[in-house]
Amino acid sequence: MEYVIAFAVGGLICVIGQLLLDVGKLTPAHVMSTLVVSGVVLDFFGIYDKLIDFAGAGATVPITSFGHSLYHGAISEAQTHGLIGVVTGIFEVTSAGISAAIAFGFLASLVFKPKG
Amino acid sequence: MDSKKQTARISRQTWHFAEDVRVQASAVSVGPKEGEGPLASYFDQIHDDVYVGQQTWEDAERKLMENAVTILLQKASIAEKDVDVILAGDLLNQNITTNFTAEKLAIPLMGMYGACSTSMLTLATAAALVNAGYAQKAIAACSSHNATAERQYRYPTEYGGQKPPSAQWTVTGAGAGLVGIGGEGPRITYATMGKVTDMGIKDPFDMGSAMAPAAVSTIHSHFQDTGRTPEDYDLIVTGDLAAVGYPIVKELMRAQGYAMEDMYNDCGLMIYYPEQEVFAGGSGCASSAVVTYSYIMDQLNRGLLKRVLVCATGALLSPISYQQGNSIPCIAHAVAFEGGI
Repeated sequence: MEYVIAFAVGGLICVIGQLLLDVGKLTPAHVMSTLVVSGVVLDFFGIYDKLIDFAGAGATVPITSFGHSLYHGAISEAQTHGLIGVVTGIFEVTSAGISAAIAFGFLASLVFKPKG
Repeated sequence: MDSKKQTARISRQTWHFAEDVRVQASAVSVGPKEGEGPLASYFDQIHDDVYVGQQTWEDAERKLMENAVTILLQKASIAEKDVDVILAGDLLNQNITTNFTAEKLAIPLMGMYGACSTSMLTLATAAALVNAGYAQKAIAACSSHNATAERQYRYPTEYGGQKPPSAQWTVTGAGAGLVGIGGEGPRITYATMGKVTDMGIKDPFDMGSAMAPAAVSTIHSHFQDTGRTPEDYDLIVTGDLAAVGYPIVKELMRAQGYAMEDMYNDCGLMIYYPEQEVFAGGSGCASSAVVTYSYIMDQLNRGLLKRVLVCATGALLSPISYQQGNSIPCIAHAVAFEGGI
């Protein structure tokens, strides 16, 4: 059942992204930004944490969870270091993901050549 | 010659070439996907690698244009120094394919940009220069490459953006034609230069709908100016309207009283098989250039087609213009060919 819920919730988030692309005629970059900011907003209202409790990976894998992580990092640093913590903490939780994207992107570019 | 002066300008848009202006030779060089299409047997050179043996896709596109011109010169048995001018264009910023290729060829260059209408823009201008005597032999050429065009206009292929079914597949290839007076080859008799039309379409993944009204405007002007009708042509082709724009042109032309049925086709539909996963069909400067400079010239030379009208369609957007929310201005230029005369 856990898997079914994760699949359904993760899938629904992707459906929203697909609708933004096909019906909303947004560019892929706009869709990504919209979903990230939505994650931040939902977390602000305390909804995203509940969604993660409910759906697990269905909520942590889509890009919306990146917004959730940005918000968590900024808030927790702000609590210890004040306002400057918002700036330093924003990538606190997400830095592993960003560094991994850069490192694996670099490694992939060494091995593969685009085929067009 | 007074008669020439009287007939050179038919209208503000349409030129008549009174001299015996001909496409004396033509050549095309294409990529692998085009080489698997229905017109493969007409192509002079097919590369089995989208990099055409080069390091980058931009270099590959230059190689395609260089090869098309080199093969053209071989077929016509003339050297670079025998050509007075090359009129050429491509889809990349500052026409770099054209500029770098012309440097290698050392032929005086008139670089032109008309997006995908460049094929007929360059050919019509070449015919005018030759007809007027400013050039004895002129080359018209243009190129496009799928991967360079994706990077230029939409997203780099590495980005992996999704495409809707109305999107088109930019043709990888280059075509070139040698224009001169007399000799062998199909005659160029008329050219109709298009006006920019903008119907307010903003989606760069739906060029067919955006460009169709431009094609209709130019073809309609051509018929009005020359007194011809669709029945006067064995074949009328548009450049790259593909499956979305093609029926729109048919419908709009019918509404204006010109039924274009069996004789009407679109280069973007002719160059690939539908099962080649090209979305709505082919696009790019090379779509009309490759089809015109291979299949159409061949059919005219062999007498299988007598009269052909090629209307190359171009979407004059830039990445900046559509990102800032501007709609897509479009243009179409038409050239009339006659074989066996």
